[in-house]
Amino acid sequence: MNSDIVKPENLVYSRTKVLTDATMHYCPGCGHGTTHRIVAEVIEELGIQDQTVGVAPVGCSVLAYNYFDVDFQEAAHGRAPALATAVKRLNPNLFVFTYQGDGDLAAIGTAETIHAANRGENITMVFVNNGIYGMTGGQMAPTTLVGMKSATTPYGRNVELNGYPLRLTEILATLPGTYFVTRQSVHTPAAVRKAKKAIKQAFENQKLKKGLSFVEIVSNCNSGWKMTPVQANKWMEENMFPNYPIGDIKVEGKLVEGIGLDRLVVSSPLTVK
Amino acid sequence: MAIKGEIVIDRERCKGCGVCLGACPKSVIALSKNVNGKGYNYAEAVKDECIGCASCAIVCPDGVISVYKANL
Repeated sequence: MNSDIVKPENLVYSRTKVLTDATMHYCPGCGHGTTHRIVAEVIEELGIQDQTVGVAPVGCSVLAYNYFDVDFQEAAHGRAPALATAVKRLNPNLFVFTYQGDGDLAAIGTAETIHAANRGENITMVFVNNGIYGMTGGQMAPTTLVGMKSATTPYGRNVELNGYPLRLTEILATLPGTYFVTRQSVHTPAAVRKAKKAIKQAFENQKLKKGLSFVEIVSNCNSGWKMTPVQANKWMEENMFPNYPIGDIKVEGKLVEGIGLDRLVVSSPLTVK
Repeated sequence: MAIKGEIVIDRERCKGCGVCLGACPKSVIALSKNVNGKGYNYAEAVKDECIGCASCAIVCPDGVISVYKANL
């Protein structure tokens, strides 16, 4: 270690203080850790640590309340948007966010998610989509791609038997209650910077009181996908991104130019290569 | 005058996922042959070419990397 460089005044990056010292239980390379960190960094940069309430889901990120040094509520499975609605309506000046995975938000919590968005609640929702139920052992989720192997679809998801994958983010963008809808990822430095910018925007939007801000993070699940973290990130780029395209979908209450009906209404199933 | 960087990795927290290896533009980081208390091959700096860009720290899922940068 070079002691000329390692001095407090030369520090350019370190773990944010809005995360607690607890070691995260996530698997090595999991996007949840990175997403936690950028949400915490946004809270630190906006200076709203004492005005923020998070709502934790059920799933891999069920223990999120152990890792953020902000007030937290634990919701019943899928009901985070409903709980966040209550917190926000009782304390309209607080910043309220939910942090959910695809099994929580897009499966059991579909009703709560769609209705919170349609009511235009002034909350921020962070949705981590890894196309699988990670915590319970890699079963098929609504977001699992056609042909993708999981514990309950060992020969790949079959449309005739399992139906089509769900792109909830596109569905939410069509609702008048959403103000900001975007899809990001956290597997490279550039992607993390963009995702952080999007999450910051989603938190700042709460001051405007114009509707729900929704940030999807397309993530990996190397344990569930049975790959190394680096392989999983590559597989995600090749298979998840064509089906879950990265970028803003709705900004300031309007669909981004170029996002047409063909994008919002999926006519062909989302398939792995 | 040259910009020099230095990374400090919290070995015990590192899970050896290797995501930082590909993020480093100077290939400074490698996984150690040794393991930490949890049995992971932790990441370590093996070269002296760090430029302090913090790319490794930004992608680290567990936030174990601190980055320092100085004009020497």
